[in-house]
Amino acid sequence: MPDLTIKNLNLSSISSNFSQFFNFTVPAGTCMGLSGPSGIGKSVLLKALADMLPHEGEICLDDVESQTIPAQQWRQKVALLPAESQWWFDRVGGHFQHFDEALFASLGFEKEVLDWQISHLSSGEKQRLACIRVLMNKPEALLLDEPTANLDQENRTQMESLILNYQKRHATPIIWISHDKEQLSRICQQLLTVEKNHFNITSIGPEQTEEGVFA
Amino acid sequence: MIELTPWDLVIASSMIILLAITSLLLQLNIAKQLIIAAIRNVVQLLLIGYILKLIFNSINLFLLAIIASIMLLVAGFEINSRQKYPLKRWIGFKIGTSALFISSFAMALLTLMVIVAPTPWYSPQYAIPLLGMLLGNTMNGISLGMDKLNQSVYQQRLVIEQRLMLGQSYQEAIHEIRSESIRTGMIPIINSMAIAGLVSLPGMMTGQILSGTPPVEAVKYQILIFFLIAAGTGFGIMLAVWMIAKRMFDDRQRLNLDILQIKR
Repeated sequence: MPDLTIKNLNLSSISSNFSQFFNFTVPAGTCMGLSGPSGIGKSVLLKALADMLPHEGEICLDDVESQTIPAQQWRQKVALLPAESQWWFDRVGGHFQHFDEALFASLGFEKEVLDWQISHLSSGEKQRLACIRVLMNKPEALLLDEPTANLDQENRTQMESLILNYQKRHATPIIWISHDKEQLSRICQQLLTVEKNHFNITSIGPEQTEEGVFA
Repeated sequence: MIELTPWDLVIASSMIILLAITSLLLQLNIAKQLIIAAIRNVVQLLLIGYILKLIFNSINLFLLAIIASIMLLVAGFEINSRQKYPLKRWIGFKIGTSALFISSFAMALLTLMVIVAPTPWYSPQYAIPLLGMLLGNTMNGISLGMDKLNQSVYQQRLVIEQRLMLGQSYQEAIHEIRSESIRTGMIPIINSMAIAGLVSLPGMMTGQILSGTPPVEAVKYQILIFFLIAAGTGFGIMLAVWMIAKRMFDDRQRLNLDILQIKR
């Protein structure tokens, strides 16, 4: 049961908006929504949690601190799905080691998607395929940067249920950036609101409110 | 051999001047560069002509080492010039010079001590032209490979970061770019090996034939030189590209382009 625990995380060296020290836990199998004004650095926070940016403080998955294992191993465990996915081969298939029929089908793709050209994909298709690509790595924690931003209602529902099913099976802690308050209250138990130099954590749903640490 | 008189060179230089005037009239903006390059060419070559005359008369390992070091340092410095996204000066110089040194000097020593083996092995008449050809070609190769590498990494930095996010090592994330860069650096030497004799007669061979060496002897030397240059260039490019690629990531395998001079 992996909890994602953040202790004294400080990002002041990379963002002037973050003088505070982050301390919070995303318990196994729960989802923390992340919201705040655009440009405040929500994506920066997620990148730091995936150890893609230099930071001070500790990020632990269960008892494993990020710096104690090789960076690539950490990023396989704590997977970041960026807002805009990148593709480097000509066709979809090049980006997947194998084909997982059930996983692709859950977002409405059939096997021939592997032959599709990347340049012909819509932004929504890219977003759905990027989500599949991340889940195929079997991550133990998920950091999602507006995963459903380019999707219509139907695809959004499919994607949400795919991710929540994965979470249910693997007790995955998730941090989910979204500007959609309704979506957050639907899928999250806690809400992390970041503002300039402070943040607070509220519970969405039955649990009681817990204040964040101010710097 | 028919010796050239100063007048012969004057006639040839009038062609350059004619070209410069034409480009001025057509507003092509290359006249100045052309004239400067031509003047540099005359001064540098005359100078080295006299220096070589001096050195050839006194076979001295110490003197040779000094000349070789100067050649190496100049080539190492020039590698980082004319790049679209150059490395920071000192890093570029360090990486370029060490890659050049290892590959070119290894090939030159192999030739001088084992293959051609003149007595003494450091006879400047063999050592200097050989090292010059190796350094010049390897420098070109490294410079092209480096240009391709820096430009591709800079333009594809988001792709590289995406690949790192998916848990790839930096080696995997940069693999295609790295092999493309090495390939780019190798194109000139592979091309010139491929067309040698069919389209162009290589410069060294032409020179030897003009000065009276039997063609087959000249050909043997040219083949030797091609092989050495190809090997030296290949190893030099690989070394440089590997070193630069490694420096582009920090100890946690994050892309860090601090080693590039980015003009904003």
